[in-house]
Amino acid sequence: MNAVLIISERDNVATALEPIDQGRELRAGAWTVVAAEAIPRGHKVAVCAIRAGEAVVKYGSPIGTASADIAAGAHVHTHNVASGRGRGDLAAGVR
Amino acid sequence: MTSGPAFLGYLRTDGRVGVRNHVLVVPTVICSAVVAERIAAAIAPIGTALPHLAGCGQLGPDLHVTHDTLAAYCRHPNVGAVIVIALGCEQLVAQYLADTARQSGKPAHIVSIQGEGGTVRATARGIEIARRLADEIGRTDRVWCSASSIVLSVKCGGSDYTSGLASNPVVGRVADRLVDVGGAVVLGEIAEIMGAEHLLAARASSPEAAAHLLRVVNRVEAEAIALGLDIRGTQPSPGNIRGGLTTIEEKSLGATHKAGERTRLEEVVPYASRVSKPGLTVMDTPGLDVESVTGMVGGGAQVVVFTTGLGTPTGNPVAPVIKITGNARTAQGMADNIDVDVSGVMSEEETLDAAADRLFDEVLDVASGRPTAAERLGHREFAIHRRNPTI
Repeated sequence: MNAVLIISERDNVATALEPIDQGRELRAGAWTVVAAEAIPRGHKVAVCAIRAGEAVVKYGSPIGTASADIAAGAHVHTHNVASGRGRGDLAAGVR
Repeated sequence: MTSGPAFLGYLRTDGRVGVRNHVLVVPTVICSAVVAERIAAAIAPIGTALPHLAGCGQLGPDLHVTHDTLAAYCRHPNVGAVIVIALGCEQLVAQYLADTARQSGKPAHIVSIQGEGGTVRATARGIEIARRLADEIGRTDRVWCSASSIVLSVKCGGSDYTSGLASNPVVGRVADRLVDVGGAVVLGEIAEIMGAEHLLAARASSPEAAAHLLRVVNRVEAEAIALGLDIRGTQPSPGNIRGGLTTIEEKSLGATHKAGERTRLEEVVPYASRVSKPGLTVMDTPGLDVESVTGMVGGGAQVVVFTTGLGTPTGNPVAPVIKITGNARTAQGMADNIDVDVSGVMSEEETLDAAADRLFDEVLDVASGRPTAAERLGHREFAIHRRNPTI
């Protein structure tokens, strides 16, 4: 069993199927990447560099936008991905 | 005996097919909820009540949703007989609910707390009627019914990374198979379609259905934005986020797997409205688990398949809720709440298709009468969606 799973070839993140230590080499589809930090089980790891403002893609569809530059092998979660949907806080901010 | 997949169900005089045969005890208003629950408990598990917080202090569409939802349960095929418990100041509603049940061929009675003279007399009178009704409907035999008569509600709650990878795709395969044999599938939780609506709209059987779906998703998103709050406080939930889900888009893309891959979106219907077309129906329900299941069962779903990653106990008063998880730790740690363990999909010990074979059989077995974990534990959560403040 692979330690990570990538669902669509369009995806730029893979899902950790077990807790992953920093420095572990991961194979996800066509990508090989070294974990830049520990990745908890069920959380996502970038399989390539994702620049701030670019779409984060899983299941072949965008799941949000990178809110900071994300290095290959980095943990991808709420600290570096922003959802664009239903954001009343943003709407309130521009009012 | 029918050809194709079948189960032993109750053929109702209105042509609908039930998988349970309950005496339903319906309070018209919050004030009669305790009496209703005591009457139902006296003949449990055949007796089941719909305790709710509404029925008074409501106006317009909000009141209609309450009455329409209660009426939907009074004509539900899993219900064999109905007792309406009124406080007494709202007789018109009690009559409407009893008439609704009778029009579906079910015996129905009204007990009024003010009319009987208090809690003790109303409870005693209700129990007497309930025992008689249980006897009466207990004589109904199950007969072989085609799986095409099943309306399956698909639902997820307490989702984690295994939901989108294992349990939801397994349920989706069961949805595809059920629709292949002529059955119906209903998906709710509009907020959890947000971010995946393009995939469902692309499978709509008509441009109208696609446009309707997008309209409803946009409305829910506008409602969230109008609150001036960050939807991330609840979508995804803190538990979802711990489980690895980052955004509502990610949660939605995993969640819509439940609706199958081949099913065509036939229709979008309001909360608790009848699902009448074979194929996939989307119901306009909120994302709150119990309100959502309450609405979809109101729409006629006889069986609910409910996926969970973190584990959740939710049941329903009239419909069996089958719990399925792809998380091995939850399957063991919350074993008393879980019916089907598909964690083998995550560890590559079982294929999605093999797990779907097991779940499809489980749906038919449960439809034929095998109790689910939620039924055994007495989980009968019920909550009607509210759209307006109490006046």
